[in-house]
Amino acid sequence: MKAVDVVIIGGGPAGLAAAIGAKNAGAGSILVIERDSRLGGILNQCIHNGFGLHTFNEELTGSEYSARYEAMARDLGVPVLLNSMVVDITPDRRVFAVNERGVQELQAKAVVLAMGCRERPRGSLNIAGSRTAGIFTAGTAQKFVNIDGWMPGREVVVLGSGDIGLIMARRMTLEGASVKAVAEVMPYSGGLKRNIVQCLDDFGIPLLLSHTVIEIFGKDRLSGVAIAEVDESRKPIEKTRRLVPCDTLLLSVGLIPENELSKMAGVKLSPATGGPYVNESFQTSVEGIFACGNVLHVHDLVDFVSEESEIAGANAAGYAMGRGLSGGGIPVIAGNGVRYCVPWHINPDNVIDKISLRFRVTGVYRNSRVSVRFDDNQVFGRKSMILTPGEMESVTLKKETIAKLASAKKITVSVEEG
Amino acid sequence: MTIICINCPIGCRMDVEVEGQTVISVKGNNCARGKSYAQVECVNPTRTLTSTVRLVDGPMEALSVKTSRPVPKTKLRQCIRELKGVEVKPPVKIGDVIARNIAGTGIDMVSTKDIP
Ligand SMILES: Cc1cc2nc3c(=O)[nH]c(=O)nc-3n(C[C@H](O)[C@H](O)[C@H](O)COP(=O)(O)OP(=O)(O)OC[C@H]3O[C@@H](n4cnc5c(N)ncnc54)[C@H](O)[C@@H]3O)c2cc1C
Repeated sequence: MKAVDVVIIGGGPAGLAAAIGAKNAGAGSILVIERDSRLGGILNQCIHNGFGLHTFNEELTGSEYSARYEAMARDLGVPVLLNSMVVDITPDRRVFAVNERGVQELQAKAVVLAMGCRERPRGSLNIAGSRTAGIFTAGTAQKFVNIDGWMPGREVVVLGSGDIGLIMARRMTLEGASVKAVAEVMPYSGGLKRNIVQCLDDFGIPLLLSHTVIEIFGKDRLSGVAIAEVDESRKPIEKTRRLVPCDTLLLSVGLIPENELSKMAGVKLSPATGGPYVNESFQTSVEGIFACGNVLHVHDLVDFVSEESEIAGANAAGYAMGRGLSGGGIPVIAGNGVRYCVPWHINPDNVIDKISLRFRVTGVYRNSRVSVRFDDNQVFGRKSMILTPGEMESVTLKKETIAKLASAKKITVSVEEG
Repeated sequence: MTIICINCPIGCRMDVEVEGQTVISVKGNNCARGKSYAQVECVNPTRTLTSTVRLVDGPMEALSVKTSRPVPKTKLRQCIRELKGVEVKPPVKIGDVIARNIAGTGIDMVSTKDIP
């Protein structure tokens, strides 16, 4: 059994930034374990641009963004174990990975969970109809087209208007497919306006809001889907049902953090995010186990992933070097209009610098105000013309503000009237 | 003409009056960013095109590429047509030119991946 100070599970943008953070914080030995044959995670298949505006002040493609972090990690001499899948983690931080050479066992002083997320599959949707070929998650189709170089179909319907679905609608159209429609069950799209305009409107692809796929047809291969409008309670309205012939259905209906390993380690998960509960230092409910990136909560901006992961990595290094974290802390409550907020509690004793609160709102809010209160005292307020669930919000509390926290019982993040 | 602003989730619907190559008026925007977007989008709309070409003898089948600068929106399909049949062999570096002067735009397609 090999002893390592900080073991990082996953070599996507979260794992890479965590490694860089750990190394810069002075960790002795570190190791990044990645199941794929290359680093970069999901960014390898994100060939579109729109990454890195916050971090690098220029617009990069996903693969270019990843290459920059890979180079930084390489320059710091971060050791990486590729083609190795972590299959178990114990609460006392023993890590088991499987590769060609068999089972590798490591004893880590600190572990960083950075396994990313996976896409919600068809099974979770409950659409009636046959089990035919031709139904893919949008991310799987993205891999087929962008990495493996083949088109999964010619006549396409996209269910769900998340950014991945929108990006794939454009990609497949440019590659010669006909995208019939994007159906979205909600009355608004979870995707960026930019993607709606540049991926759908540019190509005349209709976005059907408050619509869903209610039935799937086809024997061996998909031959069509039935689409219907839904009412306010998201129930399909039968008389609006219409048939759309297609050979491919792409699902872009949400992402779920990949937390099987976290559960094995005894890490407590939040039903709101599907990811671990963490404190201000990104430590989970199990001491010495940290989490960051999409395994923690699903991000739409990779820049936020890199930022929080670097901090998580530095804290993991600190823990491995004996800087214990004080337990407990003041709970962060998701108040009116807020679905969840990361972190779940803040212990002011552990705060070295500023703290970012990252959260999602429950619906579309116009001309409102994001507010943070310590008990009843407002310590932060920001007017906003619009807030939507599709865009993660971020509020940074300065160290001076955190200093006022000592006497408070709770922190509430909420959407208030403008 | 009517366009939708892409700068934020509000997505203002803007009525833009254009005469020749100049924008005369913008209505419906909530902020200055909308106005400047309308000015570019209505006179010379451009997009960065990302796509793939065939990678021969590499660790995968497709090599991702992009236009080194945004190209006129009307040229997107022609750019894609010109990429058909382009094959690349490793090694390739990010920024290497894969196709010169794509669709006569004076802009090159460059690699967005390092393949050793
Ligand atoms: C399809 C898609 C499109 C996106 N488009 C954009 C965009 O346009 N702009 C933007 O800013 N952001 C975008 N994002 C978001 C951004 O890419 C993600 O937030 C970011 O990639 C998350 O990084 P991560 O490291 O947490 O996860 P990932 O990139 O998923 O990396 C996780 C890594 O962990 C590895 N792993 C998992 N389990 C194990 C295990 N048991 N053992 C070993 N290794 C393991 C995986 O192989 C993977 O390499 C997109 C995300 C997706 C899914």
